[in-house]
Amino acid sequence: MSNLSTQPQDPRGDRDDITQPRLGAVGLLRFAWRQLTSMRTALFLLLLLAVAALPGSVFPQRSIDAVRTADWIARHETAGPWLDRLGFFEVYASPWFAAIYLLLFISLVGCVLPRSKVHWKAMRAQPPRAPKRLERLAAHDSAEMDGSQDEVLEQLRGALKSARFRTHSHDATTVSAEKGYLKETGNLFFHLALIGVIVGMAWGHLFGWKGDVIVPVGETFANTAARYDTLSPGPLVDPADFSPFVMTLTRFDAQFETDVKGKGQFGSPRDFTAYVDFQKSPGAKVEKKVIRVNGPLETGGGTAFLLGNGYAPHITVKDAEGRVTYSDSTPFLAQDNFYTSVGAVKVPGAGPEGKQLGFAGLFLPTAVLDDQGPRSVFPDVLEPALALSAFEGTLFPGGRPQSVYSLDTAEMTQLKNKEGTDLLRIWLTPGQTYTLPGGQGSITFDGVERFAGISIRNDPGKELTLISSLVALLGLILSLTIRRRRVFVRVSPADTQGRTVVHIGGLAKDDDEGMGEQLEDVLTQLKERT
Amino acid sequence: MTHETLASYANLSLYSAMGVLTLAMLGYAVYLAGWLPARDAVVESTTPERELVGAGVGTGVGAGDSAGSETAATTDSAGVGEVSLRARKAGGVAQMFALLGTVLLLVSAGLRGWSVERWPLGNMFEFGVAAALFTMVVFVVWGLRRDLRWLGVFVVAPVLILLGLANTVWYTEAAELMPSLKSVWLIIHVTVATISVGLFAVGFVVALLYLAKDRWGAGRSVLRALPETRSLERFAYGLHIISFPLWTFTLIAGAIWARQAWGSYWNWDPKEVWTFIIWVVYAAYLHARVTSGWKRQSATWIAVAGFACIIINYAVVNVYFVGQHSYSGL
Ligand code: HEM
Repeated sequence: MSNLSTQPQDPRGDRDDITQPRLGAVGLLRFAWRQLTSMRTALFLLLLLAVAALPGSVFPQRSIDAVRTADWIARHETAGPWLDRLGFFEVYASPWFAAIYLLLFISLVGCVLPRSKVHWKAMRAQPPRAPKRLERLAAHDSAEMDGSQDEVLEQLRGALKSARFRTHSHDATTVSAEKGYLKETGNLFFHLALIGVIVGMAWGHLFGWKGDVIVPVGETFANTAARYDTLSPGPLVDPADFSPFVMTLTRFDAQFETDVKGKGQFGSPRDFTAYVDFQKSPGAKVEKKVIRVNGPLETGGGTAFLLGNGYAPHITVKDAEGRVTYSDSTPFLAQDNFYTSVGAVKVPGAGPEGKQLGFAGLFLPTAVLDDQGPRSVFPDVLEPALALSAFEGTLFPGGRPQSVYSLDTAEMTQLKNKEGTDLLRIWLTPGQTYTLPGGQGSITFDGVERFAGISIRNDPGKELTLISSLVALLGLILSLTIRRRRVFVRVSPADTQGRTVVHIGGLAKDDDEGMGEQLEDVLTQLKERT
Repeated sequence: MTHETLASYANLSLYSAMGVLTLAMLGYAVYLAGWLPARDAVVESTTPERELVGAGVGTGVGAGDSAGSETAATTDSAGVGEVSLRARKAGGVAQMFALLGTVLLLVSAGLRGWSVERWPLGNMFEFGVAAALFTMVVFVVWGLRRDLRWLGVFVVAPVLILLGLANTVWYTEAAELMPSLKSVWLIIHVTVATISVGLFAVGFVVALLYLAKDRWGAGRSVLRALPETRSLERFAYGLHIISFPLWTFTLIAGAIWARQAWGSYWNWDPKEVWTFIIWVVYAAYLHARVTSGWKRQSATWIAVAGFACIIINYAVVNVYFVGQHSYSGL
């Protein structure tokens, strides 16, 4: 990078004459390497990365919303499976996406390491010899001063140093000066720090984990793998090492907009707070903690975030003899902004084999039932109701895994009402009990609690990523704001005795508007000094 | 004062700003086209002339010798030198209106924030107003250092369109925020994002003017009134290298906030994806500018593509794409 010409140029100095006839296998490799680490390839890969990232925002992504993804594939019978095979629903984990950014980073290393070496040398070298004819430089000027050549040169060095130039005289009549080394330093730090960002991300992916769990008010969560509703540990994580903290959700507060009636505002969430009794390990001292949106709880073995909430109606099912076969807070998942929520009650022990009972339907915090069907019109519990259908048969056909919030009705039949004329629809408000037809027992809606959707995550790579990205930002700012400039001065005796002519010329990287001003400054300073 | 009154004053201030900016736009158009009769046309004394050349090319010792600025001086005097005195006055008046409009926008955003007792950057409408505000701030502040009357109409017109959209399509009543938005990171992340969008917007306009002038050259009078192509290109670059680090910061701050609010600093949520795409495209622009074999024109097209991505991110992703960033208020 010794050439600071005003023309844009490739810092790797790529020239087209690299294809020489005696290319062997090594030569070919070297050729490929030079191509990969050239600026042009980097640019191409950058643009490719932007394009490749695009489909992930258009198509639903499995890692974000598996249900919507499955839905999309089901709705697009021909395109869906093909796009799936090509990785369009897992863009950021797909081989082609990885190929692009890995190539980019190999290119980056291949480009930046040699540049670092060159820059290291340049920083310790002296500014080069002044060119013969300073007036050929894009920015140049001359002036006549009082004083002998040596005096003027001495003052010049002073003026340049105070403008933070590094100076060196290769002979008795010139000064070479250079400044702005930090520009390249910043640029190199920027690029190297990007590698740190990627390494931090990879580290977090390998050693990090996240788990989600729904905890109704009053229930306790212990941090073991089995207790999570979903757990995705990184490939190198052993869930046996989880720190054994325990927390009990004692209260959950939710507030919703009631004042502003405008579209999209009425009923919007305003505040959620979960109050927990936290213990570092079972039996340890109980600490009162809160978890808020934007206010996670550090557990010492992962951070607990409040990512969701909803309602868990307490439901009791009894058989014909009045024995309790099911009694639990049953979370229902909100489907819209007014918490029209879906859920299911599965009662395996209700009857003989093949006669299991299941209920599926809606919980409505503020229920209305009109020609649009049952739905909720406000997210808070003002007039709660359960709207359920009942099924009998086999709850878990083939023992396949299924969602807790829905019934697999493949091997179940829906119950009819007492008269047998219509399908059975159960509508319950808190405290009500419905007696099922045909001696099947009864179902009671005891009351409703809120639940908190807590996500616990551990990412050991995040600090590295954060620090690297801040270093990158700093390097970027240095690189973009600092000017790399060279100034050359040559003095010669003037016609008048005791006066000296100063020729000054400047060379800057890229087009540098301020170069002229810089020279003027140096001359002004010089005049003030002499 | 009740919150509703404050909110209605905010809207009033917004309408006034739009009115004033419309006048500014007309003034700039008159200035640029030199539409007023040239009766009073005086080929101006050297002072304003120098100012314009100065705006085009950093003057100073030596710079005047380079071939580039010589052409600059000639094109500039051919273009702007003919602008009549009245047109110049129109330009001056437009400057005042632009300043006033910016202040009114600021007042509007301030009142809106006061009416809801929070930072006024919580939904599409507020983003729109803020983006317009910051674009005007960039223009006005930059205009303090350089003569930017040539740029006025190209900045104020899109700003007016943006305000019009905000007021009609995106209008949202003043209200409190949803919990995930209640964070200092809203102030940091969204404000910096909007400032950098303002800078990108002006950079985009200048980039387009550069490409237009480069293609159609001196043929059209309006283009002739602009600074010389080399300076236009450098202006565009100068704006982008301020906004790019700001956008980088936006990206980092967004990631920090995402970890606070959603538990993980990067989720590949559509909005994040687009923020990343925008960043990569502008990085490609900066690269292309120094890649041998790439012309400045081609590099500038990448910057234009970058802004197209910003528009998509704003107008399409916010509204139509499903993600965690569902804050449009629509
Ligand atoms: C992850 C991929 C990369 C990204 C995101 C990236 C980004 C950037 C950005 C934003 C700049 C402008 C700011 C600055 O000057 O520091 C830049 C400059 C530069 N990049 Fe990269 N870069 C990448 C890879 C590469 C590679 C592979 C090379 C080498 C082939 C390279 C060589 C350069 C050079 C030489 C400059 C200096 C340009 C100048 O002098 O202004 N970069 N890069």
